Amino acid sequence: MEKNVDINVTVNGQSVSRRVSARTNLVDFIRYELELTGSHVGCEHGVCGACTIRVDGNIVRGCLMLAAQVDGANVETIEGVSDGGEISDLQDEFLKRNALQCGFCTPGFLLTAQELLSENPNPSRDQIREFISGNYCRCTGYQAIVDAIETISIQRKPK
Amino acid sequence: MKPAPFSYMRVKSLEEAFDLLEEYGDDARILSGGQSLMPTLNMRLSAPKVLIDINQIDGLSDIEVNNGKVTLGALVRHNQLISSDIVTKHLPLISKAVPHIAHHAIRNRGTIGGSIAFADPAAELPAVAKASGFIFTVKNRNEERKIEAEDFFLGLFETNLKETEILIAIEAPTLQQNEKTAFVELSRRQGDYAIIGLAAQSIVENSVFKNVRLAYFGAGDKPIMAKQAINLLEGKSYSEEVVLEAQKALEADLSPMDDLNGPPEMKMHLARVITARALADLIS
Repeated sequence: MEKNVDINVTVNGQSVSRRVSARTNLVDFIRYELELTGSHVGCEHGVCGACTIRVDGNIVRGCLMLAAQVDGANVETIEGVSDGGEISDLQDEFLKRNALQCGFCTPGFLLTAQELLSENPNPSRDQIREFISGNYCRCTGYQAIVDAIETISIQRKPK
Repeated sequence: MKPAPFSYMRVKSLEEAFDLLEEYGDDARILSGGQSLMPTLNMRLSAPKVLIDINQIDGLSDIEVNNGKVTLGALVRHNQLISSDIVTKHLPLISKAVPHIAHHAIRNRGTIGGSIAFADPAAELPAVAKASGFIFTVKNRNEERKIEAEDFFLGLFETNLKETEILIAIEAPTLQQNEKTAFVELSRRQGDYAIIGLAAQSIVENSVFKNVRLAYFGAGDKPIMAKQAINLLEGKSYSEEVVLEAQKALEADLSPMDDLNGPPEMKMHLARVITARALADLIS
């Protein structure tokens, strides 16, 4: 029985081929093997949202998928999404409103907020709160984060 | 924590999966969405020797409506249920329940088949399955069986599935005329497992309940149909007195256990509260 698995995966636009241990989860693979440390490891059982990563265009928990499962997939981490400029307005607004303090949860919040705004460009504050309910922040509380997401939803609307 | 070592097999067909199940038996686990399985592995509550990843099997992710029933492939993901017009139109109880399941990122992965087969007594979809009378198609190499939701859940994380079988599809009857649904869940935070919840379905004609089904979750070791309360409501017209009697009848139906959320008395109180809310919702 093979306890190692060969995978070919696109990460932030680059193809990567690696042999991974079957039990390595996606976020550990991204951090330790690819040295992309913007995705964080918090609870390791799907509660905190710090390990949020995009797989084939949708956000997932990086701790609840195996690296072996992304063979053939398109993976985007906070590094790729940030460098591409897609969320620069959200990042600026988080900074402006003190919607982050230690920054541990921030990559997860940004990717989650971006998915919300791509699915629902005009969310109410309640809908924002519901959507980010799977991401924990232990520093600032959520008021400033909701404010930042709401502001960007308004700013992004076509004039 | 990190999971104990295991082997990982990605299968492209059910036949391959059956081969592995026959070879490894109880040492193997099916990996579907993984949103319940992976936490149990990470916390080492479970340590299977082999994971059989069925995510790449074709034909298990479809939603179809035909002759009064909707067929859902076992790999249909929770967010697929939310965005499906067929589900919104024909299976409103699912539409009401799924937003309560965890959070968006988890709903991107979690599957209906996985939720049913995992059989967490506090999970939403097993209760919905009972309330709406779903029928499960399970298969091994030699035979295909249909199991009614009522007979499927045996106890805590325990189902009628045999070691060599895989749940492949869920059949859900479309709503009949005047059939109403209600879903009430109490949890401390959005997305948490329920303290207690209720999936309810009934035909309502002139405020009279017919073919009532009340399935409670977080109220025992499996989703529970409240038979006494159901009998009491059947054929009755909605009134404050009838609600009170149904609430009283629950004493014989439910015996919730003490858990982190609180003592059994608190759960019984909350069961009465959500029953009143659900019945009012069915009527409205």
